Amino acid sequence: MLNPVQTLGAWALRRVFFAGRLGLFFLNTIRSMMRPPGKFWPTVTQIQFIGAKSFVVIAFTAAFTGMVLGLQGYHTLTRFGSEGWLGSAVGLSLIRELGPVLSALMVTGRAGSAMAAEIGIMRIEEQIDALECMAIDPYSYLIAPRFIASIISLPLLTSFCNALGILGGYVIGVKLLGVNEGSFWDSLITSVDWNDIYMGLVKSVCFSLLIVWICTYKGFYAGVDEGSFGPQQVGRATTDAVVISSIAVLVGDYVITSLLL
Amino acid sequence: MPTEKMTENIIEIHGLNSFYNRRQVLFDITFAIPRHRVTVIMGVSGSGKTTIFRHLTGLKTTTEGQIVVDGRDLGAFSETMLMQYRRRIGVLFQSGALFNSLSLTENIAMPLRVHTKLASETIRIMALMKLNLVGLAEFCDYMPSQISGGMKKRAGLARALIMDPEMLFVDEPSSGLDPITAAGLDRLILKLREVHDMTIVVVTHELESAFKIADSIVVMDEGRVLAAGRPEEILDSKDQRVKQFLDREADPVKEHVDAYYERLLGTSGRSR
Repeated sequence: MLNPVQTLGAWALRRVFFAGRLGLFFLNTIRSMMRPPGKFWPTVTQIQFIGAKSFVVIAFTAAFTGMVLGLQGYHTLTRFGSEGWLGSAVGLSLIRELGPVLSALMVTGRAGSAMAAEIGIMRIEEQIDALECMAIDPYSYLIAPRFIASIISLPLLTSFCNALGILGGYVIGVKLLGVNEGSFWDSLITSVDWNDIYMGLVKSVCFSLLIVWICTYKGFYAGVDEGSFGPQQVGRATTDAVVISSIAVLVGDYVITSLLL
Repeated sequence: MPTEKMTENIIEIHGLNSFYNRRQVLFDITFAIPRHRVTVIMGVSGSGKTTIFRHLTGLKTTTEGQIVVDGRDLGAFSETMLMQYRRRIGVLFQSGALFNSLSLTENIAMPLRVHTKLASETIRIMALMKLNLVGLAEFCDYMPSQISGGMKKRAGLARALIMDPEMLFVDEPSSGLDPITAAGLDRLILKLREVHDMTIVVVTHELESAFKIADSIVVMDEGRVLAAGRPEEILDSKDQRVKQFLDREADPVKEHVDAYYERLLGTSGRSR
């Protein structure tokens, strides 16, 4: 009779343990930002990896999302004779929601998985242990540059995603479907205000933190709980990193939207 | 900081018990590591050698037992004290643990870049000197993925020595090396003790290498210390399990293989 209770208790304790370790991981990373080794060039390298190299995938995502929004938006708005508001529909959808969320999901899939895998491999090959034994803080060397780079890169990628998405909607709506160009831009400008841009920015910063936190954490502790360090553990850590980050982005999107609206 | 009184033993382990999750892997481990000597910790796979290695390098902590370094409990070290301790030691991991994105020179130079204010060119020269010591100078610009496992291990040793540590911890130095390279590494370890007065702790299961380099030996089995002492004392040990280990008779795999073939073939499994 006590077994289900014991099992539930053990499960709950493990969850509390993991939550605590995740929190300590975050605090250690913040603390390490003030410590050597220097982070400028490692951060620049990570900005190139997380930001610049995600450019193409974001461009494709943004362009086609904008084009779909233009297409769907036009066919919906024409029912109400309001196709002139297409610019507003595309712009608000992208800036408030789709830009931050899709950018975050693309970066999770591309850079987040790579971060988890790279750090996970370092864990199983004892490279993280080697850093500690050389009195080099692994949080400072490995994690902090990725945190800083992610916080810088994702909002920039989101802004780029918004701009290209709006352009995609313009091409479809105005050039292909014949929406009035002046109406398109006028509706965009009058509808989008600072609160919308602020919401999008806050989301992109929060998502960047969530993604890098979860992905680096998963890689850092790959195999540690099982006490077994092999490729399977890295694969599992990478998969978990992507899945949990994606869910966190979607849940976080709802929470932030409900707080800011 | 006041200098500690120099004792004969640089590290003393008292009643160390260690656990992975809830599984106990070390049982009441007690022995000492003498200063300026080579101590070999040996035993079969799974005997707990690497766990002790992790405790000595501060990678694993425990609340049961003590590891006393120069009179101070390693388990009670603050983060700063642990960092200071680690700057006194060099560690060679079994796989070498080189960083894949850095060349050999950059790998070896890393501790100097982080912990010193030396000029880049000076650091590079010092790294090249250490690479030369392990016979890898011509591979200085190679990436770890471009060299063999044995070469990675030698590069890892060069990195462990770059800060001229007081203590060197080496995990399975001969594994993956050909006999000639392994013998070269043994000679290097002896030279380091002789020239630099280094305290060296080697974890290995290679009997020949162990008896060649050791000033003291600790024999482990199933998480316990079977015997500890000078090599000649270990050879003269009356403990049956120590004798079996030294004579390579304690082979649980062989026992299972024989039993398997006996059941399968109705024979002892020996060839006709």
